[in-house]
Amino acid sequence: MSKKFLSGDEAFAYGIRLARPDVISAYPITPQTVVVEKLSDFVEDGSLKSNFIHVESEHSALSCAMGVSAAGARAFTATSSQGLLYMAECLVYASGGRFPIVMMNANRSTALPWNIYGDQRDSLALLDSGWIQSYAQDGQEALDMALMSYYIAEHKKVQTPFMVNLDGFVLTHTYEVVDVPEQAQADEFLPSFETENKFDFESPKNLAFSAGPETNTFFKVKEHLGLLNASAVISEAEERFAKIFGRKYSGLTENYKTEDADYIILTLGSVSGLIRQAVDELRDEGLKAGLVRIRYMRPFPVSEISAAVKNAKALAVLEKDVSFGAEGTVYTNVNSALKKNALEIPSKNFIGGLGGKDISLREIKDIFLKLKDVSEGQKLSDVNFLGVDVKGE
Amino acid sequence: MITAKNLNEEEFFYGHKACAGCGGSLAVRIALKVLGEKAVAVLPAGCMSAVGFNYPQLCFSNNAIISTFAGTASMMTGVLAGLRARGITDAQVVGFAGDGGTADIGIQALSGAIDRNDDVLYICYDNEAYMNTGIQKSSLTPFGARTTTTPAGNNIRGNIRPKKNVFEIIAAHDIPYAATATVGYLQDYINKVEKASKIRGTKFIHVIAPCPTGWGVKTDETVDVAKEIVDTGLWYLAEYENGEFTLNHKPESFSSVENYLKRQARFRHLTDDDIQAITAGRDSKWEHILKFWNVKK
Repeated sequence: MSKKFLSGDEAFAYGIRLARPDVISAYPITPQTVVVEKLSDFVEDGSLKSNFIHVESEHSALSCAMGVSAAGARAFTATSSQGLLYMAECLVYASGGRFPIVMMNANRSTALPWNIYGDQRDSLALLDSGWIQSYAQDGQEALDMALMSYYIAEHKKVQTPFMVNLDGFVLTHTYEVVDVPEQAQADEFLPSFETENKFDFESPKNLAFSAGPETNTFFKVKEHLGLLNASAVISEAEERFAKIFGRKYSGLTENYKTEDADYIILTLGSVSGLIRQAVDELRDEGLKAGLVRIRYMRPFPVSEISAAVKNAKALAVLEKDVSFGAEGTVYTNVNSALKKNALEIPSKNFIGGLGGKDISLREIKDIFLKLKDVSEGQKLSDVNFLGVDVKGE
Repeated sequence: MITAKNLNEEEFFYGHKACAGCGGSLAVRIALKVLGEKAVAVLPAGCMSAVGFNYPQLCFSNNAIISTFAGTASMMTGVLAGLRARGITDAQVVGFAGDGGTADIGIQALSGAIDRNDDVLYICYDNEAYMNTGIQKSSLTPFGARTTTTPAGNNIRGNIRPKKNVFEIIAAHDIPYAATATVGYLQDYINKVEKASKIRGTKFIHVIAPCPTGWGVKTDETVDVAKEIVDTGLWYLAEYENGEFTLNHKPESFSSVENYLKRQARFRHLTDDDIQAITAGRDSKWEHILKFWNVKK
C-alpha cells in the first residue's frame, strides 16, 4: 500500500487499474476527463495492460463495452451529464442484457441552462435504467468502489452493470491523500472475469434477443432479482474487502450519530462531510442531530433507512436533483421506505446544489433547526429549494 | 475460391421468419456460408434481427447479438476487442445492418470504426427503405420511390431526394476495402465477402437486397430485379482498394430503365419526365465512373 495525493477522478483511475479491465472505451466529457486521461497514461506506461479504445460518442462507448462483455471480457467506461443521457438507450440495453460493465459517472448538471458543475440530476434521472447506483463521498471511497464494483457487478447472482457516481468537481477535482493498495492485494480480492453470458465457439449463442409478451416478464423479473441480490453481495464484498485491505464499509447506507438522533438528514455523496460537521456542532449545542448517507440508490436501502430513522422526530432529505412536477427523487424513495415500514415520521425535502451551487454549513444547520420546528408543529412546505426565493404564480 | 458448387452446406441462418423472397435474408445467409462457423454476427434493430432473434426461436447457429440501432459498428469494435482479450484471433466479426441502420442512424459509429481501422466486416443490406417498420424513406431510398412517408400524390411525387452515396462516403475514409454488390449477382457478392474476410482492417460491403413487399414485385422476382438494377446501370458493381475505385462489371449496353422502374409498384406513378431524369442521372454517374475509375474488362 502507498499513500498518494490524488483527485477523486485520479483515485478512481487507480482503482480501475487495480481491477485490470481488458478494454476501456472512452469518450471525453467534463468533469470525467481526468479518469480517462489517467487511464490512458497507465496504458502508455505499461502499468495497465488494457486495450484503450477511442470511441466517437458516449453511445458508442457503452455500445462498445457491451460488445466486450458479450465476448467475455471485462469492460470499463466513464461519462457525465449529457453524455450519460446520450447513452441512456445503452444503459437499459446493458442491464437487460445482463452485461456487468462498470462505469464511473461524474455527477454534473444537465442542460438547459448549460452548466458543467455538479448536481445529481444526471444519474437520478436514470435511476430506473436497471443499474446498480452508488455514490462515493471521498477519494478513498471512490478508489475502493472502483475495485468493489467489479466484484459486485460480476457476481453470478447479480450480473448487473454498475454505475459509481462521484460529485463533479467537489469530488472529481479535489485532492486528498488516498491509500492505493498493492496489485497483489487487488488480485486476491477480485477474481478474473467469468460469465456464462458470452459467446462460445463450442456452443454458439444468440445474445440480446427479442422476447415477446409471453416471455418478457420472465426476463424482467430475473433482472429485478439480480439487483435485489446485489444487497447481500455488497455485504459479502465489503467483508472480503475489509479482510484484505483493512478498510470497512457499511453497506447500502452509512449512519452517523443516528442511534439517539431526533433530527436526521438523509443525503447522497460528498455533501455528507459537511453535514457531519453540522451534526457535531449542533450536538455541542444540545440538538440531537444525525446523518444517513445513502451509499446506494439501487438497490434501494428500504430496511436500512427505516431502521436508522425509526426513533427520529423529523427527517429531511437533502438532494441535488428535481423530478420536475413532483419532488426530489431521493425524497420519493425515502418516503416509500418509511411507508413500507409504517413509520409516521414527518419528512421534508430540501433541494440544493443545483448547477454546482455551494451548500453552506449554515444552510445545513438551518435544515436541522427547521426539522425541530416541524416536530413541534410548525408548518413547512414539503419541498424546499435552498438559496432561492421564487414563489409560485 | 468459393462458388455455388463448394459453398458451405451448413446453414448458419435458418428457421427465421423473413417474408418470402426476402433479399436481406439471402444476403445474410450467403455471407455466413462464406465466413463460416467462426463468424460472430452483430445486427441492429431491423428486418434481420426482427425475423431471426425472437426468444426462444433464435435462428443463428453462429454466435450472434442484436446491437442498438445506432450501435452496430461500435458493438463490433467491442466484440472484436473482447475476443482479442480472450486470445481469440481467428473469429470474423461481421455486421449486418440495413440501409437506415447504416446510412442514417448508424453512420456515426460506422465512421468511428473505420477511423480506428477495426478489423471487422460491415455488410449493409440495402432494401432502400425502413422495411421493418413498414416502408418509410431512408437516405438510401432512391429518387422517385413511393414509401409510406414519401407518398406519391398530386403534391408530392414520392421521394424527391437522390440516394445518399454511401459507398463513396465510406471510401473517403480511405478504408482498406469497400465494395458494392447485389444479391442478383451472387458469385460477385460471394467473391467480395471472401476477399474482404482475408483483408485486415475495416471492410465494408454495400449489397442491394430487394424487398418484394416494399418494392412491389413478386416474391420470385427478387434475384431478377436485383440483377436488373445492375443491367440498367442504376447500380454498379465496384470496389475501393488501395486508394482506387475499380468497376468490376461493365454492361455492354444498358437494359431499359423504364422497364426496371415500371415493374415495381413503388415507381409506378413516375412520369416520362421522371424516368428521363433518372436516366440522365445514371448517365452522368457513368460518365464519371468511366472517366475516373479503373474499369475491369
